[in-house]
Amino acid sequence: MAIIADLLVQGGQMLLVLLLAPLLTGYLRKVRARLLRRRGPPLFQPYRDLLRLIRKEVVVADGASWLFRAAPYLIFAAIWVAASLVPTFAIDLIFSWSADLIAIVALLGSARFFLALAGLDVGTSFGGIGASREMMIAPLAEPAMIMIVFTLSLLARSTQLSFVVAFMSGPDVGLRISVALSLVALIMVALAENARMPVDNPATHLELTMVHEAMVLEYSGRHLAMIEFAASLKLLLYVSLISAIFLPWGMAVAGQGIEAYVIGLAVYLAKLVLAGFMLAVFETSIAKMRVFRVSEFLGTALMLGLLGTLLLFVSRNL
Amino acid sequence: MTGLEFDVAHVLAGGLVLVSFMLLYQDRMYPLISVFALQAVVLSLSVAWQAFVQNAPHLFITASIALGFKAIVIPVALHRIVHRLGIHRMVEPVVGLGPTMLFGIGLVALSIGVMLPVTAQANSLAREDLAFSLAVILLGLLMMVSRHNAVSQVIGFMSLENGLILAASGAKGMPLVVEISVAFSILIAFIVIGIFLFRIRERFDTVDLQALQRFRGGQR
Repeated sequence: MAIIADLLVQGGQMLLVLLLAPLLTGYLRKVRARLLRRRGPPLFQPYRDLLRLIRKEVVVADGASWLFRAAPYLIFAAIWVAASLVPTFAIDLIFSWSADLIAIVALLGSARFFLALAGLDVGTSFGGIGASREMMIAPLAEPAMIMIVFTLSLLARSTQLSFVVAFMSGPDVGLRISVALSLVALIMVALAENARMPVDNPATHLELTMVHEAMVLEYSGRHLAMIEFAASLKLLLYVSLISAIFLPWGMAVAGQGIEAYVIGLAVYLAKLVLAGFMLAVFETSIAKMRVFRVSEFLGTALMLGLLGTLLLFVSRNL
Repeated sequence: MTGLEFDVAHVLAGGLVLVSFMLLYQDRMYPLISVFALQAVVLSLSVAWQAFVQNAPHLFITASIALGFKAIVIPVALHRIVHRLGIHRMVEPVVGLGPTMLFGIGLVALSIGVMLPVTAQANSLAREDLAFSLAVILLGLLMMVSRHNAVSQVIGFMSLENGLILAASGAKGMPLVVEISVAFSILIAFIVIGIFLFRIRERFDTVDLQALQRFRGGQR
């Protein structure tokens, strides 16, 4: 009986991320529009967009191979698995042994790989440009992410996300500059990975500097729905990851009962609202940078991660 | 030594290293001076925390000297110099930003690797301060060698001296007289360098020290 309840909670988390991801995107668009004194689309517009796209006919370019058709599902599956492994409202769920930070980075990396391949597959110039830019961003963003993972795992003595979260909410963590450095680096990596404002503009479809949108330009119908869904899941994943690691308070521990789960869920929603609002304010107050400055931006993130690991060694070796 | 005392000292000293990296990264004149002032503020906070932890009131004087001279007097004077030299809008070409940063991280690793084993007997706060201060000193040196502009080299020199103060505050029993004399000699050095800057400018119409290369004695 207990195992069924555990499975139910885990399944609930998988469904929760699926349901919340478009809402977070819609909320972000709404706040951005309100900050620009526009009315903005309704909160539930992303759901409607997805449903409409799923109903629409798929148009595939002549030169497209099977990869082009398979990639959206692969990307969606990889990102969904990664997003449902990140603790949202509770830790120590039944599959938390598999919620390894390195595994999550690997899942995201494979999703990015397939997206870039799909961009190249059709052979249009926009797809190629988008893929090559994505591959310019990746070799800096991924080492930075791995450095952050190293810092956190050295601190918590485990790469499992549940242990890391439990450690960060415990009293042993103390005041450490490495944690602050990895927070800043993780936010920078998250902005780049999600194609948010200083790196890429998510609201544009025709601009010479776009990265993510250029790769998915050839997609339509349910393929496009999968890709858009995967993009909003990825945003939710990063917001959950940052809030789980750096704002770990209020999380339920598995087996504490319904009340703990409800409290955890409410706190999680509050964290999402807060994070989405801050992201929207940040995005409206900053201009997009030139594509060739992105490497400097991510190089800074990599440097911060490296420095955090180094400084951690000092305090560990005393 | 409780956990919190060590943690705050760790954060402040680590912040000093981080600000050193910001100095290395910054390529405009006025922000460079502001970052230098920020480093002095972090330094004085760090020294004041050491004074509080070690119960050594004379370190408060060191902290206030650092705050007064290096966070206010020298940045204001540098602002004036930069304005009078007319280089305040200049973006300085920093030689190879990426390699410089990587080299800087290597220097931090080196100073940690050197300092921690040789200071095995000292208490943990002093060891950490020594490691970080060596890192700040090396980063200041790196800044001096990687910049062309004389004003940025002066800032590199001053940030090097910040590392010295951090090292001195971590070590117990540093007499106040020594610290005050070091602070004043830095001020004198600053005045002398300021005069030199205008002399260089008068003579060569630039503060880019590359212009001095051709006065080096040729090999015969």
